[in-house]
Amino acid sequence: MLFLDNPLEIKMDHSLPASDIASSTKPLSEASSAPVMDILSEPASEAFSAPMMNLLMEPASETSSAPMVDLLMEPASETSSAPMMNLFMEPASEASSGPMVDLLMDPASDDLKEPPKPDINPLADIINDAPLSEVKTPVAAMTQEPPSDLFDDEPSELFAEPRQSNTAKQQQTSIFDEPDEDLFSEPLGEALKKPQNDVFKEALAPVAKASNVCGPLSDNYNEDPTDIFTEEAITTLPSAVSTVSVNSKTNGVHSDEEEPDIFAEATVELSLDSPRNDRKKKEAAKPSASASAPSVSASASKPQPKTLEELDEEIEDKFELNISITNPEKVGDGMNAYMAYKVSTQTTLPMFRSKTFTVRRRFSDFLGLYEKLSDKHTLNGYIVPPPPEKSIMGMTKVKVGKEDNSSAEFVERRRAALERYLQRVVFHPSLLQDPDVREFLERDDMPRAHNTQALSGAGFLKMINRATDSLSKMTIKMNESDVWFEEKLQEVEAEDQQLRKLHIMVDSLVGHRKELSVNTGGFAKSVAMLGSSEDNTALSRALSQLAEVEDKMEQLHQEQAASDSFCFAELLADYIRLLGSVRASFDQRMKTWQRWQDAQNMLQKKRETEAKLLWANKPDKLQQAKDDITEWEAKVTQYERDFDRVSATVRKEVLRFEKEKARDFKKQIIKYLESLLQSQQQLIKYWEAFLPEAKAIA
Amino acid sequence: MMQEGLDDGPDFLSEEDRGPRAVNVDLQTDATLQVDISDALSERDKVKFTVHTKSTLPNFKQNEFSVVRQHEEFIWLHDSFVENEEYAGYIIPPAPPRPDFDASREKLQKLGEGEGSMTKEEFTKMKQELEAEYLAIFKKTVAMHEVFLCRVAAHPVLRKDMNFHVFLEYNQDLSVRGKNKREKMEDFFKNVVKSADGVLVAGVKDVDDFFEHEKTFLLEYHNRVKDASSKSDRMIRSHKSAADDINRIASTLYTLGTQDSTDVCKFFLKVSELFEKTRKIEARVAADEDLKLADLLKYYLRESQAAKDLLYRRGRALVDYENANKALDKARAKNKDVLQAETSQQVCCQKFEKISESAKQELIDFKTRRVAAFRKNLVELAELELKHAKGNLQLLQSCVGVLKGDT
Repeated sequence: MLFLDNPLEIKMDHSLPASDIASSTKPLSEASSAPVMDILSEPASEAFSAPMMNLLMEPASETSSAPMVDLLMEPASETSSAPMMNLFMEPASEASSGPMVDLLMDPASDDLKEPPKPDINPLADIINDAPLSEVKTPVAAMTQEPPSDLFDDEPSELFAEPRQSNTAKQQQTSIFDEPDEDLFSEPLGEALKKPQNDVFKEALAPVAKASNVCGPLSDNYNEDPTDIFTEEAITTLPSAVSTVSVNSKTNGVHSDEEEPDIFAEATVELSLDSPRNDRKKKEAAKPSASASAPSVSASASKPQPKTLEELDEEIEDKFELNISITNPEKVGDGMNAYMAYKVSTQTTLPMFRSKTFTVRRRFSDFLGLYEKLSDKHTLNGYIVPPPPEKSIMGMTKVKVGKEDNSSAEFVERRRAALERYLQRVVFHPSLLQDPDVREFLERDDMPRAHNTQALSGAGFLKMINRATDSLSKMTIKMNESDVWFEEKLQEVEAEDQQLRKLHIMVDSLVGHRKELSVNTGGFAKSVAMLGSSEDNTALSRALSQLAEVEDKMEQLHQEQAASDSFCFAELLADYIRLLGSVRASFDQRMKTWQRWQDAQNMLQKKRETEAKLLWANKPDKLQQAKDDITEWEAKVTQYERDFDRVSATVRKEVLRFEKEKARDFKKQIIKYLESLLQSQQQLIKYWEAFLPEAKAIA
Repeated sequence: MMQEGLDDGPDFLSEEDRGPRAVNVDLQTDATLQVDISDALSERDKVKFTVHTKSTLPNFKQNEFSVVRQHEEFIWLHDSFVENEEYAGYIIPPAPPRPDFDASREKLQKLGEGEGSMTKEEFTKMKQELEAEYLAIFKKTVAMHEVFLCRVAAHPVLRKDMNFHVFLEYNQDLSVRGKNKREKMEDFFKNVVKSADGVLVAGVKDVDDFFEHEKTFLLEYHNRVKDASSKSDRMIRSHKSAADDINRIASTLYTLGTQDSTDVCKFFLKVSELFEKTRKIEARVAADEDLKLADLLKYYLRESQAAKDLLYRRGRALVDYENANKALDKARAKNKDVLQAETSQQVCCQKFEKISESAKQELIDFKTRRVAAFRKNLVELAELELKHAKGNLQLLQSCVGVLKGDT
């Protein structure tokens, strides 16, 4: 922060309260981790539109996060955070000022280095769907750009401009006047009623975000910021894009073709900047770089589903990522013991820091990853691959430390299941781009995942949520407009039922095969005894040979039981779980539909109220009613778009899922049949060896 | 041949099917008396066996004839052998086990009750399964009864038995009845005495090394064959369950495959078809193991018991003989009832010597028969296992080939 100019410092003085906010958040930081999650996850379900919130929130944290890192490194934390606060405020008021555009066009490219990467899916969605009102976007834009620009270029200009035309001064002050707690505790949705408040709101969000960022940092969780960071990276792009488009509009140069250009530029610059970037942002920088190319193509092409499909193909084509999980290792003793697995990644994808890397993860980390992914992506209709279930029984056995077959089998089964789970995640083109996934694969010391306990508070809440979900599922009567979805859902349900049945049967086969193995072993011993008491030498010999054959058969049956279980039963278990996720995405679609319907009803009501007011001739309330109608009209449009978007995603995801399923089943079943084939070959070998012995009995 | 399997319909006793008996324990040397069971009929709670005899012996009115016999009549014949003192020196062929269709019938009934709760395909499949099971038990029962008759017919002494001839020739009901309660109690009591006595007799050191050796051998052999028999039963049972599972997997895969006509569904159908075939093979493997291995062991469980019984009778006679010797010595010392003692001593001596003489031959024959039977069955078992495994392998190979070609 040595390069801070005087103007900035003046600024700092002016905005002392803001710095207070930043610093006061430190103690809050830990407590505020939950609120942060809320902010991230709620937007969609809240009255406000999901993409919007994302746009507004994430960029903000983006901005703040970069300087934050700096903060950590240099003692001047307070000073630098203060300007940031100002930035959020001022740009907000200054919708689309000239200087800003400049900022965006030129130095902005610096900033764009992060944005480009994430764009893969959500971005494209957001870009196309989210109706970005001008007032809002600039905010995002501003909050997003400032960090590097500010410090690198001409901060003075930036600050000067906004100041003069500060229409949002009152808001600014209001922020500072308000107690800190309010900032964080106030439900975001509440403030959204009035357009003016919107701006204010958005400003709030960034602040909250920022505090969140600085919290962990100050608590010496060195790696934590990157978490937030990378998360943001995904959603930053939309903001960047929107910024660009909005700003270019003001310049009168807005066109679709221009977007890719800007992006390309960004990419180039990125590579140039990367050293410095690395220093500052470590992991965040890299992933973004790698994805910049696809992002260009994604944002460039208009029809969305098509784009995504192309993107899929593209990614599948150059898919170069192998993940293996090995070396399950027991860590600790007693009930606190857990299994740690080695997660090795081999990749040629440029988004990763190196070609091969290895981390150690425990089971709850995998669950934590799922929670994160699920929170983020299920809302948009994505099918998030579920991890294997917790098994208290199996784990207890392992914990107790019994080194018997069943616990070794349990560990191996879980290892394989985790491996498949992770492979499914990275094979999903959108999920692969998720910073949490990369973090999971790359980061050396993961913060312990919480809320994965069987019945922790969060788990309990979740259960209740699920219960209400299923209740609403029952009550929601969706008159399906799209036959495709209706049929697919039925198909999925029927398939689920059949797979469950099949799974039970395969399990029973495994059981019987194991039983057969044990019984064959028993028989082998018995025959050996019979052979030893037989007084005809040749017969005695033949019997002991038979005993040997049966011994080998015992082994063979056991191996076969293992492959029944690993190749077949586990495949079915996976797909039963996956079908659960598929249904969840159908449910999500239904929920968005329901929200849209509710909004329509509400709009209807508002219109009725207006009519009544007109009739009653109450002009004082009429304005309010009209405002309400406009608001709800916007919401209806928004929700309808949401619904269309989620529908499109679900459809695409289901198709992808089916393709994947077909491939998986074919691969696994053929593998299974090959195992059967091998045991038959062995069987032939054994009996062929025995036959002359039997014939030699005289 | 047997390997045609269980599901080849009701004509399971057709000529080619009957060729090799499940358990062949005879040293068939003689064509003057040939007995077989040409047909069998399962009625509500009994099985009617048609016993077919071909003979050149003069005491039969015809050369070839058939009679209908029930399980109880077989038991009667067996008991008449056992009770005949004349045959004390022979290993009496073990009586065939009672036909036991209860379990199978019960299952069939349950299936009928549960008809509504399953799909038509499942029902048909289950029914086929149970019918096959029923058929297998039926076949085994017939085979066991036939083996008993063949053994008797091949025995140099027992084949001349009057009761046997009546059993074969008299074309009416022998009107043997099941034992009543009192007789059953008597039997039970006799058995208790016999086994207590058996312990006593077994404790007596035999003068003859051959018999001493046979005694220890049979004691051990019997226990081990008993163990092996129960273990083989268990093994085969789990093999059958596994085959049933594969069957059910096949039908579920079929249901999955018929849901629509996508690529995966076709794939499922092919795999279902494969499993349908392999489960048949697995079921046959289990059935053949049952026939060639378990039944053999079961037969030798009973036959070794019969041999043990023979040894017991000989041991009893030996003890009697020794007691008679002691009584004679006593009588001579007291010079009282000497003649009576001498007579009884001579009777005992004769009896013992007669038993010893025939028993020695019987035990040697037993061993020869055993070795031959084991050889035959083990060779057949190995051949069948190979045949099935190769069939299975071929199925799998072609299926994997097709599936891989498709993908």
